[in-house]
Amino acid sequence: MSITAAVPAKTLPQHHYLNATYGIRSWLLTVDHKRIALLYLASVTFFFFIGGFFAMMIRLHLLTPSGYLLSADTYNRMFTMHGVAMIFFFLIPSIPAVLGNFFIPLMIGAKDLAFPKINLLSWYIYVIGGAFTLYSMISGGLDTGWTFYTPLSTVYSNSAVAPAVIGVFITGFSSILTGLNFLVTIHTMRAPGMTWFRLPMFVWAHYATSIVMILGTPVIAITLALAGMERLFGLGFFNPAMGGDPILFQHLFWFYSHPAVYIMILPAMGVISELIPTFARKQLFGYHFVAAASLAIAVIGFLVWAHHMFVTGQSTYAALAFSFLTFLVAIPSAVKTFNWVATLYGGSISFDTPMLYAFGFLGLFLIGGLTGLFLGCLGTDIHIHDTYFVVAHFHYIMVGGAVMGYLGGLHFWWPKMTGRMYPEWLARVSALILFVGFNLTFFPQFLLGYLGMPRRYHVYPPEFQVYNVMSTAGASILAIGYLLPMIYLTWSAFYGRVAGDNPWPATGLEWKTQSPPLTENFEVTPIVTWEPYDFHHRPDLGLDPVSTHEIMPAHGDD
Amino acid sequence: MPSPLPFFPEQASSFAGHVDALFSYILVTSIFFTVLVTLLTLFAAFRFRRKSASEIGAEIHGNTALEIGWTLIPLILALGMFAWGAVIYVHYRTAPKDTLDIYVVGKQWMWKLQQPTGRKEINELHIPVNRNIKLILGSEDVIHNFYVPAFRVKMDVVPGRYNTMWFRPTKVGKYHFFCSQYCGTNHAVMGGWVTVMDPAEYAAWLADEGGDVNPVSAGEKLFTQLACTTCHVPNGTGRGPSLNGVYGAHVLLADGSTVTADESYIRESILQPKAKIVAGYQPVMPTFQGLVSEEQILNLTAYIKSLQTQPVPAKGAGVAPASSGKKSL
Repeated sequence: MSITAAVPAKTLPQHHYLNATYGIRSWLLTVDHKRIALLYLASVTFFFFIGGFFAMMIRLHLLTPSGYLLSADTYNRMFTMHGVAMIFFFLIPSIPAVLGNFFIPLMIGAKDLAFPKINLLSWYIYVIGGAFTLYSMISGGLDTGWTFYTPLSTVYSNSAVAPAVIGVFITGFSSILTGLNFLVTIHTMRAPGMTWFRLPMFVWAHYATSIVMILGTPVIAITLALAGMERLFGLGFFNPAMGGDPILFQHLFWFYSHPAVYIMILPAMGVISELIPTFARKQLFGYHFVAAASLAIAVIGFLVWAHHMFVTGQSTYAALAFSFLTFLVAIPSAVKTFNWVATLYGGSISFDTPMLYAFGFLGLFLIGGLTGLFLGCLGTDIHIHDTYFVVAHFHYIMVGGAVMGYLGGLHFWWPKMTGRMYPEWLARVSALILFVGFNLTFFPQFLLGYLGMPRRYHVYPPEFQVYNVMSTAGASILAIGYLLPMIYLTWSAFYGRVAGDNPWPATGLEWKTQSPPLTENFEVTPIVTWEPYDFHHRPDLGLDPVSTHEIMPAHGDD
Repeated sequence: MPSPLPFFPEQASSFAGHVDALFSYILVTSIFFTVLVTLLTLFAAFRFRRKSASEIGAEIHGNTALEIGWTLIPLILALGMFAWGAVIYVHYRTAPKDTLDIYVVGKQWMWKLQQPTGRKEINELHIPVNRNIKLILGSEDVIHNFYVPAFRVKMDVVPGRYNTMWFRPTKVGKYHFFCSQYCGTNHAVMGGWVTVMDPAEYAAWLADEGGDVNPVSAGEKLFTQLACTTCHVPNGTGRGPSLNGVYGAHVLLADGSTVTADESYIRESILQPKAKIVAGYQPVMPTFQGLVSEEQILNLTAYIKSLQTQPVPAKGAGVAPASSGKKSL
């Protein structure tokens, strides 16, 4: 943190992946995982701002009970397209396809992912799927809700359902290929000495995520294929008028879409598990337990889908089983949280921007996770299901958790990706603005939900207005919190202070190479001889090996 | 509104107090953990803040006892929440016998509600206080959801099947009901008011029914119009079973199993007659899918319900013998 004037101005390395080749072809035909990550970065940012625009329209419209801005049909399209853009085209690919793509090979000491061409293919598949979805948005829009519930989506909707369904269907394959690439890479391409239990937690989290991607995504593909055929050719899979079952669609949809929530949050948990040890300069507390918790979430996460359907009239026995399993899946998340807090104990904690995001994540994920208990609990879900309580809970996990994790990771690795630092104080202020804006936007929605305001309403009874005004006020602060990083990060990529190889310093292998890295990542394959997040036996980091805190190790294991 | 920043909605049903109590239990537990984790984080952030640029943290790897503790304690608390929630849910999904049954049909974007006497309402529901009320929910198009926040109850209204929900209003007054399952353009205005009345007032309101047709007589008329009478002869001599006494009774099927003749069974028998064949009869009944509206099905059901008290013929009845009335798993 302290500014030392004596340090000579650093310069970027002469050769790195960004200046290895030039021209548009060198980007569009690249097989370098780092360049593909940047292609993803540009694409997911594009969809984030599309989704963000829709969100802003929604909040402005809900300022008054009678909704002054949009017609009912337009409003319904706004919230649907907000969900589709954010979930399928931003949240699901964000951390894995940008940060995972860039850093998994670097973290395990590999030159690239196992299948570089498939990696590029997955980006093209994403772009083609995105193009279909954009076409749906501009050719009439989509008004089914991102959940595509039948028979509304397949029979009754007058909007451009088919292109959106095709778009999401296509994009799923990009997710499957990315997951496949990660699994094979992690299994086969670890550097000498990089044993399973020396893997950074970020890699463990992506390992768990990849399993979910590979096993879950084919189910949404077949579900959307059936819905698409019902829509286009009138085949009665889900339409009760033709003997179909609309509830079957919900089972199939949530069989993927609940685990998909873990596709979005597990990588963010992985990021937080990097940030906290780095900025507390201390080993991750309970490494094995945190890794096991990731796998437990991935496995149990597949067994809870019907908790989205407690009031569909499903059998009471099914409801009991799914509620029980839902409470089980909450436990590994709690274990992770306790381990992160325990990691802080006895640390040497700095307040650099990524750490502020990690603190923000802890607070918001805590609220998001705990409010999940109210929804998993059968007795309370009867009342709060399909209300703003769900909206608030979901955003606390997805925005408060996943997006805070994404931005924290982006700030943490930005110097490695670009070789340059962003303006630190501006970044800290932005993180604070985000945290305040986020809470003001979404906390009132918990209260709205318990009071009984259903979600997806373009008008509402006047007694709900106070909290809606708060929420809209918060959203405008939140918007600033997102625009600022977008601007200063872009600026700093060209004009920021040169960062050096390991500015924090951090212990991971990705920091043992130059910033920005060479196309082949390392000049020679590194050999790993140290434990993860170990600051004590790393003279190369240039830190004082003796802790100034007089903390006795906790009793128990070593 | 008494408070500018309200927290709990009004409690107006027998469920409301239970749901709020459970909510409060989870809320207190959540606040405890939020405060605990926040304080520990803030304490650590202050106490262990970096004091010199090259300082590092202590060497601590983990602690198995702590890990077991913070796995088991949340697990026990969570299972308590599960159990309490399950009790309320099972109670909610098991309607008592003595209910006042109201038929509710949802369609884009309105609710049609019908009292047992036939009095119909649109987007309004009048019910007596302190009576167990059962709503039998059907949809003409997409999935809707009938939600009364003051009662803390909701249930999806799914096309192609009946769902039921029940509650006992405990307080006279007017309460919002909403559609809470997104159903298209005017989802947000598909709601109305539940008016909970004093029993005497309710009786007076019910008597003053204007020109509404009694569903039983409407159903009886339909029963003749659709030529159901040709086969379902009351004395059991027709090609189909007599329907006298069928409603609510057990029906013996051709495959040896029995089924309770409730609203769903009757609806299915009209729309998909071949799905469940009564023992001793041929699958000769044509389907009425697409020929009768949801409302007409409700009327037919009301008529068949009214036959419950009619004499059951010794031969040719759909009702199963008492011995096979046992529920088979």
